[in-house]
Order: sequence, then structure tokens, then C-alpha cells
Amino acid sequence: MSPCYAYYPGCSGLGTSLEYDTSTRAMCERLGIELVEIPDWNCCGSTPAHAVDHLLSASLVGRNLAIADNMAEERELAGIITPCPSCLKNLKTTQHRLSNPEFRSEVERVVGRTVRADLPIKSVLQVVVEDMGMDVLANLASAPLKGLRVVPYYGCIMVRPPQIMQFDDPDNPMALDNLLTALGAEVLPFALKTDCCGASLATTRQDVVTRLSGRILDAAAAAGADAVVAACPMCQMNLDMRQAQINRANHSSHNIPVFYYSQLAGLAAGQGEVSTMMDKLCVSPRALLASLAARAGEGA
Amino acid sequence: MSSSTNLNVYDADFVDEVQRESEQNLALCYQCGNCTAGCPVSFAYDYPVNQIMRLVQAGRKKEALSSHAIWLCASCETCTTRCPNDIDVARVMDVLRHMARRENLVCEPAVSAFWDAFLGSVEKHGRIFELGLMASYVSKTGRVLTDVDLAPMALRKGKLGFKAHTLKGISEIRGIFDRYREHN
Repeated sequence: MSPCYAYYPGCSGLGTSLEYDTSTRAMCERLGIELVEIPDWNCCGSTPAHAVDHLLSASLVGRNLAIADNMAEERELAGIITPCPSCLKNLKTTQHRLSNPEFRSEVERVVGRTVRADLPIKSVLQVVVEDMGMDVLANLASAPLKGLRVVPYYGCIMVRPPQIMQFDDPDNPMALDNLLTALGAEVLPFALKTDCCGASLATTRQDVVTRLSGRILDAAAAAGADAVVAACPMCQMNLDMRQAQINRANHSSHNIPVFYYSQLAGLAAGQGEVSTMMDKLCVSPRALLASLAARAGEGA
Repeated sequence: MSSSTNLNVYDADFVDEVQRESEQNLALCYQCGNCTAGCPVSFAYDYPVNQIMRLVQAGRKKEALSSHAIWLCASCETCTTRCPNDIDVARVMDVLRHMARRENLVCEPAVSAFWDAFLGSVEKHGRIFELGLMASYVSKTGRVLTDVDLAPMALRKGKLGFKAHTLKGISEIRGIFDRYREHN
């Protein structure tokens, strides 16, 4: 039986990372992972909530966990999954802190619901890599990404802090590397795979973000990558939408497409540019994808 | 003598408060510097993160809470991950921000204003309405040029919705904010 998960899309999936949410849902469908969106889910508060107050943060997350608890009474769920690392960290941190009975009763009082929070919580990436496995992914790749040279960029918090996230290696994770390899891409060694992009400081301290994200693009270019592959909406936005800002600030001239891994999974599975929403990327991947298609044509 | 050179300003209550709220044993920090070595934002800090930890150990409340560093921390969790004594340093940074807001010692008002605008959007709609969030941030800070260069691209790509996605259960969200405020 195919596993069924409560799906938490996160706010960015409705706007700035529409292509991540859409391609994630398509990828899960092809892999036989059933997603049921948590009905009327609310924003987890992201960094602003935990930076302002831990009880507020846990209560915003707690409402979503309580709704998922109700879902689990109706049908068997393998857990809660989300594509967004920031949502994931808030979900998992809250679940962890709710093990303190005093804190739990505070949270339940603020939420106005009981919160059991005993469902496993994972990223979509973790479920795909650990539960589906590389063979399934390789079989999915009817149009392997042969000739595409990529660097995998996990961002900070997909795997950190390890005590909470309990997924892969906190300094040198391999899940995304292995997934992209299974899809046929050439994955280059990348020392900055978990280095910070500057996150939400982009709005308030652009200098911090252009420096940190600039370093990541510099390293990707130095590695000889055609593209960066991201797993986080915030990282992708900083590297892609802000690439012109970064170039201006650093006197660089990068023109590196920044894909979501789920978009590349769709492409490898034979979905076209339209259904993988490649047109949503700010740095156009069109020339790169055309050259790949041409190379694949030559090889055939 | 200014407070920054006065060694006698040890504030025991402050140390207790940070320990209690962060649930961390601050005495375990022996200043190995691993947190600072891994911190990506050190270049922009006034005090590197190990010195923030030392200021807290030394009970130097005012310096710690009025530092720029606590606002520029990106919550990347590298410090927490690499601390050899398992101190959740990022959580300590969180708690220092909470306290700085309570004590009106915020040194990077734009960062704090952005968080308020973000949470305002959550309270109003239940989910983030990005366009409304930016408008609110700009009106709070007067920074009218923030990311205006990105707007045409974001609009062309359909990445900025003009409509908020307000929850059916929005009254429940407002209740959460109300009860959280009663608590504080």
C-alpha cells in the first residue's frame, strides 16, 4: 500500500516558491507517496516567531500538529511531511519541546486544542531518499539528466541541528547528492553545501546576503557547475531572484540557474519545462536545458 | 567609569534568566571558539558569538542585549551543531533577542520591525501575504527602496500574489495571538 502523509506546504509554496510546491506534489504522485494537505493549515511563524517568543512559535506550529492529529484519527498516516526546511525545523523543534509536560500544557492553553504531536515528521527529501530509495528514483528517470553538472545546495537547517532533525550528516549530507546521481546528473564536490545564504536578512541587511549568497555562487562557478540545485525556498530565492543584486554588490557576472531538486526529478521523469514550471526561475535555464536536450539527441 | 570597563556589573538575575529561558547550562561554555569559527555572519557582528556567550556568563546584561550580533544571527544552527558541550547556542541567541525586545534594547530596529511585520501578516491572515508584509515593513521603517528592484521580476513571474490567503479558522489564529499576549 502506498504511504499516505499529512502534507504541510508552507506559505512560500503559495507565492515565491510555487514551482517547488507544484513539482513536489507531482514527484510524490509519481513515486506513489500520497499527500493529504493539512486542512486550513496556518503559517508556522518561521524565524520571526522563534526569534520573538518560543511559546508563540510552538503555538502556531501546535495548531497544525493538532489538525494533523485529527487527520490521523480518520485514516492511517505515515507522518507529516513538508518540502520547506524552515517549516520542518519549526515542526520538529516544537514536537521535541512538547515532550516537556509543563510546556505542552502552556501550548495547549494558547492553541485552545490538545496537541499529541506523536506523528513522525520528515522532509519530503528524507522520505524520498530513505523510504523510496535510489533504485526507484533511477527507474523513474526515463530521461536521465545526463551531462548536467550540478552542485547540491542543502542550506543550513535541512540537517541541523542534528539532535532535532535526525537526518543525514549535519556537515556533509549526501541525500541530495545521491538523489541527483540517481537521476543521472553529474554531482560535483561542493564544500559549501550547508553554508548559510543569509536567509531572511535579505530584506533588512542586503549586505549580509549578497556576501554569503555570493560566496555560494562563486564556489558553484569555480566547481564548474552548470546549475545549483536547492532544497529550500529561502535559499533558492536568495540565489536565484537576488542573483542580479549579488552580481551588482560583488562585481560578479554569474548567470547560474538555481533549480529545485523536485523540478529536476520531474524533468528526468520526462515532464517538460512547462509542467516543471521552469519559467518561474528568474535566471533562465532555457539555454542550459536546450543544450542538454541537444546533447541527449546526439547520444541517441 | 563606563559600564563596558566596569568589571563589577555581574548581574546574577540576568544569568539565571538566560539559563532558565534557554534551558542551557551556560557554565559549560569553555570558550573553545567553535561557534565563532563556524558562524557565517561573524564578519558583520560587533561581538563574535563566543564573546556573546562570555558576556552572558559574566552577567553583562546591557552589553549582551544591546549588541548588534544577536539581531544579525541567521539562525543557521552551525554553532549549536558544532558545540562540543552540546550547548544550544542558537537557542541562547533566540532568548537574548526575546529579552532585548522586552527591555527595549533593540540595536537593529529594521530586523525587529521585519519580524513584527511578518507576524502581523500571520495574525491578520493566518498565512504570509508577501506583498502585504513588504508594505507593512516599508511603512514601519520608511525604507521605501527595499527590494523595489525585485518587484518587476517577481510580478512577471507571478511570484507575488495580490490576494491574501486568509484562513477559514482565522479567529483561532487571532485567539492564539491574544492568549500569547496575555501570557507576556
